[in-house]
Amino acid sequence: MSTLQKLDCQLAWTRLASLSCAIAIAALPFGCAPARAQMSMPQPEGKAVATSQPLGPAMMGDRVFAHILLDQFEGRTGVSGSQLRWDGEGWIGTDMNRIWLKSEGFSDKARVSDGDHEVLYDRPIPRMRYFDAQVGVRADLDSDPARVWAALGIEGMAPYFFQFAPTLYIRNDGNVAGRLTGSYDLLLSQRWIVQPEAELNFYSKDDPGRRIGSGLSDLDAGVRLRYEVRRKFGPYIGFAYNGTYRNTASYSRQAGESTSSRRFVFGLRLWY
Amino acid sequence: MRRAPKSEGKQVLPVSRRRFVQGVAAGGALAVLEGTGWPVYGEPAPHDPPTLTGQDFDLTIDSLPVNFTGRRASAVAVNGTVPGPVLRWREGDSVTLAVTNRLKETTSIHWHGVRVPADMDGVPGLSFRGIAPGETFHYRFPVKQSGTYWYHSHSMFQEQTGLMGALIIEPRGKDPVESDREYVVMLSDWTDANPGTVYSNLKQQSDYYNYHRQTAPGFLAEAKKNGFWRTISDRSAWARMDMSPADIADVSGAIYTYLLNGSSPNANWTGLFRPGERVRLRFINASSMTFFDVRIPGLKMTVVQADGNDIEPVTVDEFRMGVAETYDVVVSPQDAGAYTIFAQSEDRSGYARGTLASSAGRSAVIPPMDPRPQRTMADMGMGNMKGMKAGDMPGMDMGGMNMSGIDGMTAKEMPTSSGDKANQPGMAGMDMGPKTANHDMDAMPEMEMGSNSGTTTFPQPGPATMPIMAMAGTGNDEAKLKASSPVHLHIGPQVDNVAMGVSERLHDPGAGLSGNGRRVLTYADLRARYSGVDGRPPTREIELHLSGNMSRYIWGFNGQKFSGAEPIVLKLGERVRFVLVNDTMMEHPIHLHGLWSELENGHGAFNPYKHTLIVKPAERLSYLISADTPGRWAFHCHLLYHMEAGMFRTVVVQP
Repeated sequence: MSTLQKLDCQLAWTRLASLSCAIAIAALPFGCAPARAQMSMPQPEGKAVATSQPLGPAMMGDRVFAHILLDQFEGRTGVSGSQLRWDGEGWIGTDMNRIWLKSEGFSDKARVSDGDHEVLYDRPIPRMRYFDAQVGVRADLDSDPARVWAALGIEGMAPYFFQFAPTLYIRNDGNVAGRLTGSYDLLLSQRWIVQPEAELNFYSKDDPGRRIGSGLSDLDAGVRLRYEVRRKFGPYIGFAYNGTYRNTASYSRQAGESTSSRRFVFGLRLWY
Repeated sequence: MRRAPKSEGKQVLPVSRRRFVQGVAAGGALAVLEGTGWPVYGEPAPHDPPTLTGQDFDLTIDSLPVNFTGRRASAVAVNGTVPGPVLRWREGDSVTLAVTNRLKETTSIHWHGVRVPADMDGVPGLSFRGIAPGETFHYRFPVKQSGTYWYHSHSMFQEQTGLMGALIIEPRGKDPVESDREYVVMLSDWTDANPGTVYSNLKQQSDYYNYHRQTAPGFLAEAKKNGFWRTISDRSAWARMDMSPADIADVSGAIYTYLLNGSSPNANWTGLFRPGERVRLRFINASSMTFFDVRIPGLKMTVVQADGNDIEPVTVDEFRMGVAETYDVVVSPQDAGAYTIFAQSEDRSGYARGTLASSAGRSAVIPPMDPRPQRTMADMGMGNMKGMKAGDMPGMDMGGMNMSGIDGMTAKEMPTSSGDKANQPGMAGMDMGPKTANHDMDAMPEMEMGSNSGTTTFPQPGPATMPIMAMAGTGNDEAKLKASSPVHLHIGPQVDNVAMGVSERLHDPGAGLSGNGRRVLTYADLRARYSGVDGRPPTREIELHLSGNMSRYIWGFNGQKFSGAEPIVLKLGERVRFVLVNDTMMEHPIHLHGLWSELENGHGAFNPYKHTLIVKPAERLSYLISADTPGRWAFHCHLLYHMEAGMFRTVVVQP
């Protein structure tokens, strides 16, 4: 099998994996029947029920909800080429117990890169108002060799309305990775919103298979101006910077890729 | 769903109704009116719900296609109308209501403010199982009170989708409120959106329906007005807590069309009068989430009743209605013409509107809405904190601190409680025979009333009622009060704020109403017309903090939502003081089923009886309860989505 065929095969497989992950997230809200159970009590007969009779309590405050948010679903275009970027998350659960799915990555004509898919259990942290703890699994599924990590992180709103999510990842080969994401919504009006956003990745070891070096590996940062036609439908334009650093930058250079790119972005922020 | 939160836009939307709207013009009705002479109560406008009277009622609950906004939607109707028919009962009658459910889901009707046996209260899961699809449930109970009340579903979101109606109970004797004509004025908030979706959206983004959030250009405007550094400091005080002073209402005119008797503002419900008449308006706030500020420009309103209980008349220009409250007012328009009944939502995102007119087709100017209120640091319970930066607070551990003690004030010293002492002299010597076995309150902290016959159900105060029991005025009754166990409230996922300094706010008309140049009703104004019937002081105090996390959209009492909380247990016959402390930055209309809530507002024996009480942000408010009816009662915030999110407790009155 030629290298090209191999690549094609791998590309197809990773696309499929990414797609199924995206479908899984998209299917979240539909798979969840309203958890507000009907009371399974005997039928009323129109007469008094003794107050001592145990009746089922109402289900107030314990419903199951599900939402998906596709925060970035965009085309990026610049001198270093064009690519598709997605970054989304979804959750299902009650106030106190949730399952989260996250998926992000890049896709261009040749390959899918930085494909990161996570399944996490999420729970609010006691004594904190806006932060959740998350624990679960991350799978790197894209055109490069696959990796599986254990994930442990927190996500929530820091003072001054900063959305903030640091996550720690550990592999069985001892590689430790860290990711820091943050964003902020600056309201120009009730519907025009500027969102600066950044994501940084760190690794403790080189991973030549995925052309990732130790230390600060890459930064993806951008500023997007969106118009919320509705809360759930916000087209946007913006600017994104993507850079690789240290050993990762060396791998990029070896592969003949640029170590940084500046691209114009246009896309949609959607949630359900 | 409407895209833009333009309330003005609604007025030009064509409104057509189906089934329950026979026509838009009120002229036809007027002709009928003139021909038949003036009835005792106002002839319904053509699109008013009908009035049903008598002792036996057949009510059918079914879905109904409606069009309030120019778009078709589905409502839940009673006997084919939204709101449902006005029920008129008579005090002293026994009523039977056969309620048939033609929906595909369980339903229920709760008689809001009416003291019924617990199994007739209509709360699925507490008083009964609910009314299953296809079933008929027979409510039967004696009517032992009078006044203006309402009924609504207590199942899911049916209240939001239209299952509500007015309930008028005529007094057995002569009505002390004299009027030539009367109208029900029922205010509600309608949305074409699915309420389940509304609730779900709030869970994901709690300011989803708030289109009045602070913006960056707004910062510049504020800085110009208040100064750069002050604006920085103001904004950062809020931002440090991740809270917004623009947080007034969770659901707004962005999706709500505010209705008056089921009519949108442009449909303009009209009630007719003859100049010189005394017109009684029975205001009912039957909305799911909206506080209304009500006024009739050009007319003084004399408030004569609150929550079904007569009060000493007080004349005002404006009053605020929490969700589920009722107020009866009397107006006396002297001149022919038209007056606008103007009920703006607290967040000023829209209004309900109707007209009082001397002839059909007349209308008056609709006033502009007032400036939008903003929350202040006082609403966060930080008003009294000197030398402390607001932003330092959220991280503080409040464990073990008794909130009420912060201002060096205990329940005993609260102005609201002093009324009890004030009434003692008046009560002395009014001891009523068998109910005197209470000399030793310590020995009998949970005393039984009436040693041989179980309990007495107290009547509603009226011209003929007497205080049933009074303490020998020893003056140290309060000392025998069993204090509430301290509430340890911590910042956490269910609690985004713990107010440091709470205060009594009975004289405060509420956010956006102070200093507007109008005389606005306050809770301090409410003085009962008749003396309360249970003269005993409370033997126990139960303190509950209203808590929540706006961003997570979790609400509860004492940092716990319903699903994690134990019931509040009262002993039958017990006299209890409920102390509510609001640690959130929103008003909550707190409703206790089955028992009266006697607001301690300094009028002593004439403290008003209510069924729903607004607790303002950072307010400490107390009321007395006579646990005279056994059963399991709902106790909850009457903001529908707050209740669904957990601001609900069961109160058990145990025999």
